[in-house]
Amino acid sequence: MCADPSSSPRRLLRTAQAASLVPLAAALSGCDWVVLNPAGDVARQQANLVLVSTALMLAIIVPVMALTVLFAWRYRAANTAATYDPEWHHSTRIELVIWTAPLAIILALGSITWVATHALDPWRPLARLDAQHGFAADALPIEVDVVALDWKWLFIYPDQNIASVNELVLPEGRQVRFRITSSTVMNSFYVPALAGQIYAMPGMETKLHAVFNRTGSFSGLSANFSGAGFSHMHFAARSVTPGAFDTWVAGVRQAGAGLDRATYLSLDRPSEHVPVLHYANVAPDLFDAVVNMCVRPGKLCAGEMAAIDARGGMGRTGLLNVAALTYDRAGHEQVTPTTAGFADARLRRFVRDWCGNTRPLRATVAGDVATSFNAAPAAHPFS
Amino acid sequence: MTNDMTWSPLLGRLSLDAIPLHEPILVATFAVVALGGLALLGALTYYRLWRYLWTDWFTSVDHKKIGVMYMVLGLVMFLRGFADALLMRVQQAVAFNGNDGFLPAHHYDQVFTAHGVIMIFFVAMPFVTGLMNFVVPLQIGARDVSFPFLNNFSFWMTASGAVLVMASLFVGEFAQTGWLAYPPLSGLAYSPGVGVDYYIWALQIAGVGTTLSGINLIATIVKLRAPGMTLMRMPVFVWTALCTNVLIVASFPVLTAVLAMLSLDRYVGTDFFSNDFGGSPMMYVNLIWIWGHPEVYILVLPIFGVFSEVTATFSGKRLFGYTSMVYATVAITILSYIVWLHHFFTMGSGASVNSFFGITTMVISIPTGAKMFNWLFTMYRGRIRYELPMMWTVAFMLTFVIGGMTGVMLAVPPADFVLHNSLFLIAHFHNVIIGGVVFGTFAAINYWWPKAFGFKLDAFWGKVSFWCWVPGFWLAFAPLYVMGLMGVTRRMRVFDDASLQPWFIVAALGAGLIACGIGAMLVQFAVSISRRDTLRDETGDPWGGRTLEWATSSPPPDYNFAFTPVIHSIDAWDDMKRVGVAAPREGFRAIAMPKNTGAGVILSGIATVFGFAMVWHIWWLAGAGFAALLLTAIAHTFNTDRSTHIPADVVARTEAACARQRALAEGA
Repeated sequence: MCADPSSSPRRLLRTAQAASLVPLAAALSGCDWVVLNPAGDVARQQANLVLVSTALMLAIIVPVMALTVLFAWRYRAANTAATYDPEWHHSTRIELVIWTAPLAIILALGSITWVATHALDPWRPLARLDAQHGFAADALPIEVDVVALDWKWLFIYPDQNIASVNELVLPEGRQVRFRITSSTVMNSFYVPALAGQIYAMPGMETKLHAVFNRTGSFSGLSANFSGAGFSHMHFAARSVTPGAFDTWVAGVRQAGAGLDRATYLSLDRPSEHVPVLHYANVAPDLFDAVVNMCVRPGKLCAGEMAAIDARGGMGRTGLLNVAALTYDRAGHEQVTPTTAGFADARLRRFVRDWCGNTRPLRATVAGDVATSFNAAPAAHPFS
Repeated sequence: MTNDMTWSPLLGRLSLDAIPLHEPILVATFAVVALGGLALLGALTYYRLWRYLWTDWFTSVDHKKIGVMYMVLGLVMFLRGFADALLMRVQQAVAFNGNDGFLPAHHYDQVFTAHGVIMIFFVAMPFVTGLMNFVVPLQIGARDVSFPFLNNFSFWMTASGAVLVMASLFVGEFAQTGWLAYPPLSGLAYSPGVGVDYYIWALQIAGVGTTLSGINLIATIVKLRAPGMTLMRMPVFVWTALCTNVLIVASFPVLTAVLAMLSLDRYVGTDFFSNDFGGSPMMYVNLIWIWGHPEVYILVLPIFGVFSEVTATFSGKRLFGYTSMVYATVAITILSYIVWLHHFFTMGSGASVNSFFGITTMVISIPTGAKMFNWLFTMYRGRIRYELPMMWTVAFMLTFVIGGMTGVMLAVPPADFVLHNSLFLIAHFHNVIIGGVVFGTFAAINYWWPKAFGFKLDAFWGKVSFWCWVPGFWLAFAPLYVMGLMGVTRRMRVFDDASLQPWFIVAALGAGLIACGIGAMLVQFAVSISRRDTLRDETGDPWGGRTLEWATSSPPPDYNFAFTPVIHSIDAWDDMKRVGVAAPREGFRAIAMPKNTGAGVILSGIATVFGFAMVWHIWWLAGAGFAALLLTAIAHTFNTDRSTHIPADVVARTEAACARQRALAEGA
């Protein structure tokens, strides 16, 4: 229902846009008011909502301001010619108007809000390339996994098996599916020219779908304060032709070093003014491990912990794995690698019995655990 | 001074390193504050004012004096909060093209955090609470609030919180997290220093005062109204005060709880909001905004009440649509509890949840719009006198509607995705808080000052202040609206895009103009006090008021009303004037009044020490402080000598003097 173009708020939105707002947007397009003049269809629709809601509100704000000025002037004390009626304090007709006029506007705006919020839900795959075109039936979105680090951005392209820091390059006209997380504190992933922002949070994964409709060089930033280096936490966001994108990918693949977990962990340390970095060969499941806060060797993933808890927890044995679950209690940079609890045979047996080993992530983590204790792979907890 | 702090049993984390000698701005500030403070102390001693201050003000349980003390506290903290604003505006105006500005991140991040915390908790809250304290008992014909000692204690607890915030400037540091201190950034792992602890304890101690004051004013309004004053005959300001205090009592405990949980995370290693062990920072964001959104209405509702009083008085006319005004106020009160999620549409809730909270937010604009129309139609067919309170009201009406409009824009979730946390948002909430709360406070100060002190404020300097403030506001914040649409986010310390600089320079000029407005206001106070004899108002009713506070003399006697008035109309005093009710000349009786007590000052002094000890982990002192708090509170309960009588002949003399004064004024 939400995508139905014939629903009336949708039509209202479009009509308002066509009637009065396009010239306004055009007038502004000379400036760098990127929020109102973006390069992506999602941001375009969001900007239109800004304009439509402004127009709807102006329908009541302008009369109110005009009446304020008019009454303030006409009924000034010096103007004895104006009617003075000190007892007049009620009019059912006026009451009716002053409650229903705002109500009518809110009904209209509320309907638009309901439809637009669902249509532009960042979790929802895009229905269209732009106002005129849909996507080809076989068009696959490009995947980008985003990690907010202190204080730079890591972009992992899982399908291309590359990664970059502080540089986001996307092919125009192709849907992008972002999975977004953070390593330490809350940030907000925002490319104004592309689409609205969504928070990047540690231990959490948010999603965003967007598309660039034209090429160009833009900028992206963190829109949520994240500490001392926050001001420098922005990145280049470039929209390029598909051919140029392939060239860029090839270049990254050729020039980049590998991004294994150790490299990620050193990148994860707080730093500012980080130049653009390129990586080829990203460790498999790195992003999942970041979301689950278990990149560091010897850590139990949050997903594992949840699975254990879902089965009733470990009881007293659980006391043994505190260290394996600790992420940043002692400060993010000072995580102790000793996880004596996880080395305990009873705990390993318990986890194996309770969790099975169906998920790929588990195997990765288990591998790390095994490495960190120099144990033979056969002895790792999930085998 | 963050990670490498050492702990000693005697001084906890406190050492000489805590004094920020390496930050020249702070050293200079400290020097100025210290010199000014010494001069003030010297002057107080020289003029032998200590005893007067202690007996007549600090220990006073008189709601009027406590109200004035709240206003003074708000004003002092306003200067500090505004100094922070100026620092930010200058930093952002110069930090371009590789210029790092003059504030390093460690200092700048404290400045914007302190600015927000101070302006909300220690400026706007004291202003609003002070107004309610001063006006409500007078407007309902009561002699004081329900619990006069509690009132004094509440004020001093708020002052104690303010002292802790000020102390953080010179001993240690303040939080570098933003004014709501979102974890995990505010957790121990990322903010190991004392800044967040100062934040927590300042707010917790002040919060005790706010909550108790809320309970006190609800009890006062519900129980102490003069005979005949039914709920639907209460002045609109009393209605808004009632709703605000209901909001305070219902929402501040949430703040207390969420800060207590953050404290537990920081002090004993729980994981409510940390990244470890399934802690949920998102829960903190929800909880703090469940307090935070009602807080917005806690600030603005009484101000709506102020505008209602001012508009009716200066239009010389009954308020239009009293009943719908009351219902609008109550509707806003209830709705303010179901909109909190609009502060974080971008945290990833589903579309239905976001839509729900977006639409409830818009719905609030309906009763708010109705209020706006009611003021408008109160002016209609009025005879409007443009004294300062009315000028501020018209400025409010023209400014606030723009803030309302941008607020509704931000309530559309997909639109919020592109505007959230941007300078557009900053412009929006300053638009409603300055355009609403600050303008309203100035209207109220100009309106009720003659009631409090018996003389009017100087109009010339008031107008200078007005004409600096209103254009200054637009000059300072219009560029922020524009930059928000350019995708510029908040809390930035340095910028790469040089094209933004002109906008920031304009904003800084606007802040400079506002500074002139503040200066003019201080001059207005000084000039008015020195010319108080020519500005004197002997009538007690300088504006042709309509509500009960104008029925008594200015300043009102300690007991407010010699006889409790009987109410027959919404505009009680207007009604009395019309039917020619004469003030009684005889038959006075002794009046029982509460006695002053120093317990509030002492308790809050101990609370300050306790908070300071907790901040610095000086456990012995914290333990001793906590024990002392309990013991003093218990000891105070044994003090049964709490009331005093104003003898009938004193009342008679006071009333006779007032009557003579009034007759003289009317004869003149």
